[in-house]
Amino acid sequence: MFEYNFHWRPVLKSLPDLLQAGLLTLEVAVISMLIGITIGLCLALMRMKLNGPLKWFAVSWIEVARNTPVLFQLFFFGFGLGAAGINLPPYVIIVTGLSFNCAGYLAENFRGGFQAVPDTQMNAARCLGMNGWQTYTRIIIPQVFRIVYHPITNQMVWAVLMSSLGMMIGFRELSGETQFFASRTFRIFEYFAVTAVIYYVIVKLILGLSRLLSARLFRY
Amino acid sequence: MQETITFFSGFGISDFWFLADAALKTLWISVLSISVGTVLGVIFGWMLHEGKWLAALTIGSILDIFRSVPLIIQLVLFYNFAPMIGLNLDPFGSGVVILTIYTAALVSNVARGGIEAVPTPMRKASRTLGMSYWQDLFYIVLPIGGRAVFPAWIGVVLGVMKDSALVSVLGYVELLKASQILITRTQEPFLILALAGAFYFALSYPISRYAAKFEQRWAQ
Repeated sequence: MFEYNFHWRPVLKSLPDLLQAGLLTLEVAVISMLIGITIGLCLALMRMKLNGPLKWFAVSWIEVARNTPVLFQLFFFGFGLGAAGINLPPYVIIVTGLSFNCAGYLAENFRGGFQAVPDTQMNAARCLGMNGWQTYTRIIIPQVFRIVYHPITNQMVWAVLMSSLGMMIGFRELSGETQFFASRTFRIFEYFAVTAVIYYVIVKLILGLSRLLSARLFRY
Repeated sequence: MQETITFFSGFGISDFWFLADAALKTLWISVLSISVGTVLGVIFGWMLHEGKWLAALTIGSILDIFRSVPLIIQLVLFYNFAPMIGLNLDPFGSGVVILTIYTAALVSNVARGGIEAVPTPMRKASRTLGMSYWQDLFYIVLPIGGRAVFPAWIGVVLGVMKDSALVSVLGYVELLKASQILITRTQEPFLILALAGAFYFALSYPISRYAAKFEQRWAQ
């Protein structure tokens, strides 16, 4: 019944390339997350504090990002903009798509975080003579980050997992590279098994690192 | 007179039915794997709660793999692994199997959270009133814990519904794959992507709104 012979040698030979691609995956995820956190923070504030077109811009961004598949978003930035004459390289497509998605999800997390910080914190800071900018950057946002620390970690893991969709748009990060090698050697199962292990290790590393960091950051 | 041959044809009414059919396929694969996966996930969650460290070591770590490896990799792996053990699965079958296990992995965490959300004194009280273990589980834990984690479950459902787009990597023609095929022929990415996106949005947005409303009411 089991007549399949595993061939691991080609996989071992291209393991350095795969690990290199793993670093690229990590790079894409980190960059998208950094952009996503920045935009997400802005979107959350726009949704809560503003009225009019800017608010609706933020709301529609958040809802579209949360209610359509990531793959659809990537296709949009790939084919959709391509048809409009804007041909982006795969690297830019995936970073844009992931940032768009992460920003939408994180914005909602941030909104929850802002709502969890008591209003009295704001009042107290203003009484101490801080202006609006100082209050936000020194009092409110640090507390928000503490509240959304876990959701951000989760989103980071999701960003790594979602970056595997690069395979569908011809970007050679870990999954794309694996598919490239797999279709060259036809050892599909072996290649993807090794890739799965690499993803697992990356995710565990992120979670472990985040736990260490939280122990260091939130000591008091 | 020389006839010009065109490779591309416009978007017609038959293409619309093609998309609608694909949308139904997306719906069908999602409903099937979500319903089976939820049942499995609840059982796993109960085992994780009752089994303590043994369950955490066995089921817990296995389910954790499905959460830490990209879905697309799981799909390709399983699709190529099934023939090795003599299973002849079409893309749809493989997709359902993996999406089911993926759902179960996500739901197991939610279900365990739900069981733990029910205060122990309440469960003790029900046992004191003469309920059996199973009565306690079905009449006390299920309604109370279920309500507490209902929004989280909806989140999982919507996530899986959107992730079902990834089954297209195996060649199953669901909504996103169908729109990709049409884009190749009609060269009208904006219209078709907008239709596909609108379908996902129309399905996902009302449900997520409902879950948010439910959560607000529950919080009061």
